[in-house]
Amino acid sequence: MSTSIPEELRYNKSHEWVRDDGDGLFTVGITDHAQKALGDLVYVEAAEVGNVVSADDACCVVESVKAASDVYSPLDGEIVEANEALEDSPELVNNDPYGDGWLFRIKPTTPADFDALLDADAYAGLLSEEE
Amino acid sequence: MPQRTPLYQAHVAMGGKMVDFAGWEMPIHYGSQLDEHLQVRATAGMFDVSHMTVIDLHGLQSRAFLRKLLANNIDRVTMPGQALYSCMLNDAGGVIDDLIVYVRADDGFRLVVNAATRDKDLAWIGRQAESFQVRVAERPELAMIAVQGPEAVTRCLPLLPGNCGETVRNLKRFTAVDCGDWLVARTGYTGEDGIEVILPASQAGDFWQRLYQAGIRPTGLGARDTLRLEAGMNLYGSDMDEQTTPLESGLEWTVAWEPAERDFIGRQALERQRHAGSPRKLVGLVLENRGVLRAHQKVLTDAGEGEITSGTFSPTLQRAIGLARVPASAGVNCEVEIRSKRTGAKAVKYPFVRNGKALI
Repeated sequence: MSTSIPEELRYNKSHEWVRDDGDGLFTVGITDHAQKALGDLVYVEAAEVGNVVSADDACCVVESVKAASDVYSPLDGEIVEANEALEDSPELVNNDPYGDGWLFRIKPTTPADFDALLDADAYAGLLSEEE
Repeated sequence: MPQRTPLYQAHVAMGGKMVDFAGWEMPIHYGSQLDEHLQVRATAGMFDVSHMTVIDLHGLQSRAFLRKLLANNIDRVTMPGQALYSCMLNDAGGVIDDLIVYVRADDGFRLVVNAATRDKDLAWIGRQAESFQVRVAERPELAMIAVQGPEAVTRCLPLLPGNCGETVRNLKRFTAVDCGDWLVARTGYTGEDGIEVILPASQAGDFWQRLYQAGIRPTGLGARDTLRLEAGMNLYGSDMDEQTTPLESGLEWTVAWEPAERDFIGRQALERQRHAGSPRKLVGLVLENRGVLRAHQKVLTDAGEGEITSGTFSPTLQRAIGLARVPASAGVNCEVEIRSKRTGAKAVKYPFVRNGKALI
């Protein structure tokens, strides 16, 4: 199954993507690979705005018909926004994982940590190892 | 090595995502479990259920044997083609498995039991059969395909062998008919009209392709589970097992107490529980807020704790539904613990959905 891995994003081993929004904030979602593996999403328990999290903390939950999965923060920081559209339309994560299906925005304690995350090539390598 | 049904290659060719199920490599979905679920409710879908175990019984004492083996009374079905749903109990009244038994034209019987319980079922049936004149034969050379949905029967009729179409059109629910070496039954596990066909494995691939050409889409085990839960049908191993009796599993309707002298296995234990009052009951649950019910979540009631046995997001109702085992005196309002947070739920009568219609 082909999977999309945009070049401009960074990735976490647990299949989150991160985008540098250029305003000191970063947007996080789950990858195309992750949404395909989960199947049809039916519920998203949103990240709590104002929560201060460490990298690899579980900070929201996505549930498909099959199962519930934690989503981990890729960075240390404060959750500043959650995607409210997912409350009524969790399927956006399946339909547009890198766009309308974003999960939350985070204000990182150390923005430079972004550079230490996996780039698209490294993430593609991780996926081929998992197969 | 996992086992494969005769349709394995067809599943892969149709985009099936294959997973291990009770030692069988089976399709969980073919792209979208939700679409497959809704398709069965709206038109029709087909399921490969060849992993299920088919067992034929023959011999003079087959009926006497089933009177002993099953908690339901085999004498409720006498005509060839009639079918009966029953639990098979151990001496303590615990459920070894649930099954369907068909009366055959040749005075024999056919049992269809769960794949996950095949080994222990065969061992148990074999042991109990020792004191009867009955031959027990597993039929691994047979495949089984279910076609379910409001349009399932109409679309299948032209694809059945010989002149079977007309017979099957008039087939009553929960009965079956022999069509040559096929057995076609108006039964299923979705709460919709439909048929289940037991046929030689060598013919399964061809029938599957012709169903596909008739516009019937393959449906995976994922949708099979959400469909049966909406239909309020128990799943063995989740909603009941050897540690629970039919009375604690919403299955008392399948226990035939009369005639009182029929001494089926588990009867004494079950009667003791019936007279003392079953301590637990199985209820339907709906979540009042957003979220998804899952098996093993804790349920807090006014009469003590219980547990979700099956839970999911209902595609038809667009809300979380489940079955839960709770104290017998529990009231309607309760709470479910989801990721250590409590959220309100209500006990409801189930099925949740029948023949495409929401019942709650």
